[in-house]
Amino acid sequence: MLELLHRPWPWYVTGPLLGLVASGLLVIGNKQLGVSGNFRHLCAAVFPRNVAFFKYDWTRSGLWNLAFAGGIVVGGFIGGALLASHEPVAISARAHADLASLGVHDFTGLVPRQLFHWGALLTLKGLLLIAGGGFLIGFGTAYAGGCTSGHGITGLADLQFPSLIAVVAFFAAGAVASHFLLPLLLSR
Amino acid sequence: MTITVPATSVARARERLLPAYFLAGVLFGIVLTKGELASWFRIQEALRFDGLYLYEVFASALAVAIPLFWMLERRRVRSLVGEPIVIAPKALGRGRRYAIGGTIFGLGWGVTGACPGPLFALLGAGVGVIAVMILGAMAGTWVYGYLRPRLPH
Repeated sequence: MLELLHRPWPWYVTGPLLGLVASGLLVIGNKQLGVSGNFRHLCAAVFPRNVAFFKYDWTRSGLWNLAFAGGIVVGGFIGGALLASHEPVAISARAHADLASLGVHDFTGLVPRQLFHWGALLTLKGLLLIAGGGFLIGFGTAYAGGCTSGHGITGLADLQFPSLIAVVAFFAAGAVASHFLLPLLLSR
Repeated sequence: MTITVPATSVARARERLLPAYFLAGVLFGIVLTKGELASWFRIQEALRFDGLYLYEVFASALAVAIPLFWMLERRRVRSLVGEPIVIAPKALGRGRRYAIGGTIFGLGWGVTGACPGPLFALLGAGVGVIAVMILGAMAGTWVYGYLRPRLPH
């Protein structure tokens, strides 16, 4: 019985729950599901300097989103540590072979440990992946005004055309990066 | 007829609701981890077109959210705070910010296999080095804010 709680969820449980979380936030306080705005709120709180983009009352517009992000950390602990799956991820045989050909051999956990560990920061490729990758995520989501939640779920669920442009760009560039940049970062 | 609510009581209602947003975040974090949306392997599977999982998740999320959003807005349902539920349309402009910004984020998503929600979830799951990626994302956001007046939108 307890083992059941550790099992990953199928898509038809995960997807509808995402839709319900997005709708629930609207019902609670007319808030739109989104996470990348937190990077802006954190900048506004910690290091606004004289930049107009960060000169707003983040305690008024950002507090709910920061509380939400804090909740995600706790939820990540519950789902990713307490109830972590004990099995290797059940990706398709093709994905398995594809990633193995790039040099990934450990398929347990949420991320490959060979890439995501503190020592990786001491190598150029590791630093590019972790700090550089993070930089692109922050720059790009701020520029596009949303991420996979804000545009991908909220914007698309509201049938907003700008969000469709953003989501098409996310997937097109993501596919290019996965096919052509990732192999460079994984090669020894 | 419009109902006017004093600004101070709205602010108080907002703060009262912070625990509700926190709990919604907890649920979202569990969905991201148990639903493997925070899984580097699942994101690579999708972006390398090796499997349908992520696409099935998005399609079913939208199949639930599109009719619910439509109903909430059309029926003019009020939120627990008392405000009507309204999603302001995003300004299209020339659309360049969505195409260029989306492309830059997509490149980061493709190499790291992580988007903003999963970054916070992975931190909670115990992948400590993700804190550096979050600092990187803050740096990227800051540099965007700094360059914003000079970038095409």
